[in-house]
Order: sequence, then structure tokens, then C-alpha cells
Amino acid sequence: MSKPSNEGFFWLLFSAGGVVAALLIPVHAFLFGVAFPLGWIQPPTYEKLLVLVQSPLAKLYLLVLCSLPLFHWAHRFRFTLYDGLQVKHLNEVIFAFCYGGALLGTVAGLYLVVKL
Amino acid sequence: MADKILLEIARYAPEQDEEPKFQSFEVPFHKEWVVLDALNHIKDKIDGTLTYRWSCRMGICGSCGMMVNGEPKLTCATFLSSYGKGARVRVEPLRYFPVIRDLVTALSDFLLKLEKVKPWLIRNDSPPLTAGEFLQTPEQLDLYKQFSMCINCTLCYAACPVVGLEPSFVGPAALALAQRYNLDNRDQGASERLGILAHPDGIWGCTFVGECTRVCPKHVDPAGAIQQYKLKAALEWVKSFVLPRGHEDVSKKEAA
Amino acid sequence: MSAPAHSPTEFHPRWYRERVSTYWWMGSWRYLKFILRELSCVAVAWSVGMTLFLLRALLRGPDAYAHFMHRMQAPGMIGLNLIAFTFLLLHTVTWFNLAPRAIPVRFGGRRVPEFMVAAPNYVAWVVASVVVGWFILRKP
Repeated sequence: MSKPSNEGFFWLLFSAGGVVAALLIPVHAFLFGVAFPLGWIQPPTYEKLLVLVQSPLAKLYLLVLCSLPLFHWAHRFRFTLYDGLQVKHLNEVIFAFCYGGALLGTVAGLYLVVKL
Repeated sequence: MADKILLEIARYAPEQDEEPKFQSFEVPFHKEWVVLDALNHIKDKIDGTLTYRWSCRMGICGSCGMMVNGEPKLTCATFLSSYGKGARVRVEPLRYFPVIRDLVTALSDFLLKLEKVKPWLIRNDSPPLTAGEFLQTPEQLDLYKQFSMCINCTLCYAACPVVGLEPSFVGPAALALAQRYNLDNRDQGASERLGILAHPDGIWGCTFVGECTRVCPKHVDPAGAIQQYKLKAALEWVKSFVLPRGHEDVSKKEAA
Repeated sequence: MSAPAHSPTEFHPRWYRERVSTYWWMGSWRYLKFILRELSCVAVAWSVGMTLFLLRALLRGPDAYAHFMHRMQAPGMIGLNLIAFTFLLLHTVTWFNLAPRAIPVRFGGRRVPEFMVAAPNYVAWVVASVVVGWFILRKP
């Protein structure tokens, strides 16, 4: 009986992040990145949006939205650097950059959600 | 005048060449000919030194795999007519393998990797003959049958960029064959294969490019086999994390 | 005598082994499509970053929010976000289309066809998008 590699953990994060990214990120990116700036849809007022993000359900949602997809990016980008640019010899640096970055984003999201 | 087709074939003779070069051969164009027929014609009538592997000429032995116009193909299953008369067809040895001579690749690495995944039925017990045969329903057979179709032609290795980038990557066919045995209800060896499979050189090296499945002449879908095992291996990790036992930590051991 | 192309393999010094180029992914349209699919994760990270900046603006007050929305209207930003959105669509479509291969669904002893496993994902995507959009856009 041998212990399975820890890669399994990062793959689970990648998969969960991929599902969240596929289902939920597009609508946010569309609204705030395309529809509102181009004037296709009237954006919500500050007050309305603030009340929305202050609800506990919204805070939980935002926490998930702003952390899991980052871990999806981290895992995928790490392998793209390994294979695409053949820089596997820098794997500690890449690992730290990718998962460290995701962790930073998660902490930032946690801080913002708690403060709001 | 009969129709012709031009074959540009990679030649490499280790005694005199530093690297492969191409040699062109004009070959009669027959509607029913495959690339292998053209190679046999060249060896028979034009240049007897052309070296390549082939055997069954019907897509079941897996010997005649080569790159044809940049695509991994079984040359016995690739018709000249799909390139058209007057076309130039480039024939090279399968990518990502060392070349011994001309179109012949060294398969020793692949065979070592195949052996490592233990592609045979592993039993903890040995029931006596009087206990009778192992019975298997069609549904149980269906679970692994697709993965059992592999003919070890290694076209998938020539298609997979990770095989080229990471020489220690176990590779599509070996991983799919491991799954063939893991999913066989007569097999009890899944835990023995876990170490080599759930390893950075095993399934975790795969990034689901999917080219292996596309080029497979037997529709084995090795990419599917690998992704399915990823979920299982990840859940095995969770189990080992939540219920730790006295395991050897395989990820710290060097790959064999 | 060992020229660079002849990195000795384990069993024989004269077997030819071609080195895989750093630009292997440009060698075929299929490899390029694969790398683009993988790079869609950058658009995902970009969108999360944008959302974090939005939350920071909300925290700082109405002026910061107005400033954020104004910054998003810059042509360069719109261009980047359009590109990002295209890549996000690429991510979603390739993710749903590949999911059935990773999780085979069996029913009645047979494999369910892939599009029947992918389709519910698309439905869930539309429903989730509508629900989220409703929460953001509704006038209470």
C-alpha cells in the first residue's frame, strides 16, 4: 500500500475552481467588464450593490467566487509554464508564484468580505 | 503513363549519419494501396536498405506506426488516395522516441513503463481450479473493455506533448492499460498500481491535451482513462489524509 | 564523439533523439488550441482580480465605486475585458465538453452519451447566470 501523491489535493482544488469558473465567472465578467461599461445595461447603484454584498449569503458566495477559481488558475498556469515554456527546473519558484498568488487573492477576498 | 505519388522518407544510418535526412521516392499510385504498400514497393524494387517495422498489415499488431505528413498513423491503415495522386507524402519515424535506423524507433522505454504499471490480473488469493471460472457479466466487461483494445502501437506517445517534454512520463497507453486492469472485477491489484499511477510521472503529468485519444486507431480513449483515474486517485489522497495509516510516502521516493 | 542531437540514450550512443523545441506548441493547430485553452485560466484570474477591485471600491465608498466604474469604461479596459470574456467562454465550453470524459456516467449498464452529460452543465450555467444577474440587477 503506497501513499498517493499530494498532487491529488491540488487537482481537487483545480477541478472545483474550474466548475465555479465555468458556471459563475462569465456572468460577472460580462456584466462588469462588458455590459455596464458599454452602457448595454444600467449598472446597480452603489447603495444597492453595497446592501447586496453585505448579506451573509452574498459574502459566502463572494468568498468562493474569489478563491476557488484562483486555485484553478494556479494549477493550470503552473503546468502551462512547465510544459509550454519548459521551465520545470524553476518549479519551486513557479509553485510559490502560482499557489502563493492564489492564496494572496483568497486572503484579500476574505479581508474585503469581512470588512464590508 | 501510370499515376505516381512522391514519398519523402526520413533516412538515418547511425554508422554514417549525424542526423536524419529525407530521401524522395516516386511510387506508383494505386487506389487501393496504403502507405505500407508503398514502403514495401520501395524496399522491394528501389532501395532494399529502407528499414521499417510491419507485420499483420491489417491494423491489429501495432508494428507499423509512423508519422505521415506530421500525423501519427498506422501505415497499413493509411491510404495513399487520401493524399491524392501527385501529392508529396512525408514519412518519418514516430515522434518523441529515439530513432535506431530510418523509420525504426527504440521502444525499450515504453516497454519498461508498461511493465511498471503491472498490466496483468493481480490476485490476493488463488482459488483452486475446482472453484470454477471467474464469472463476468456483460456490464462488468463493459466497464473496462474499451481500454483493453490497446494494441501497443504507441501512436498516442507520438501525439502526446508531455511524452516529448517529460521522458519519465508513463504515458497514455500504459496508464490506460493500468485502468483496464483496475476496472476488471477479477483484478485485486488496484492498490499495488496506485503508487506508480498517482505520481507526478503518472496521471498527474497528464494535462488532458486529448491528442492521444484522437490518434488512437482502436478508439481506446486513453485520455478518458487517465482523467477517470485522476478523480479516484484524488479521492484516495483524501482518504489517506483523513485516515492516515503507516504508509510509505511514495511521492518522496524517486521514480523507479 | 557525441553531437548535441545525439544525447546518448540508456542503451546505445548513436540513437538519434530530437530535442523538443520550446515552441512545440506552435507546431500544430491542435497543440496551439490546447495552449489557448489552458491560457483561458489567465482570463479567470483576471476576472477574479477585477471582482476583488470592485469589492475594494465598494468598501471605500460611493466615489470609489463611481471611479471604478468609470475606469472600466476606458477603451483599453473594454478591449481587455472583451478578450477575457472570449477566453472565459472558451473555458466554459471546453470544460463542459470534456467533463463527460472524466466522469463516465453509466445508466442501465451502458455508458450515457457524452452530450447528454454535458447538456445539464450548460443548463446549470444558464440558470446560474440568470440567478446571479437577477440578484445584481434587481430593483428592490
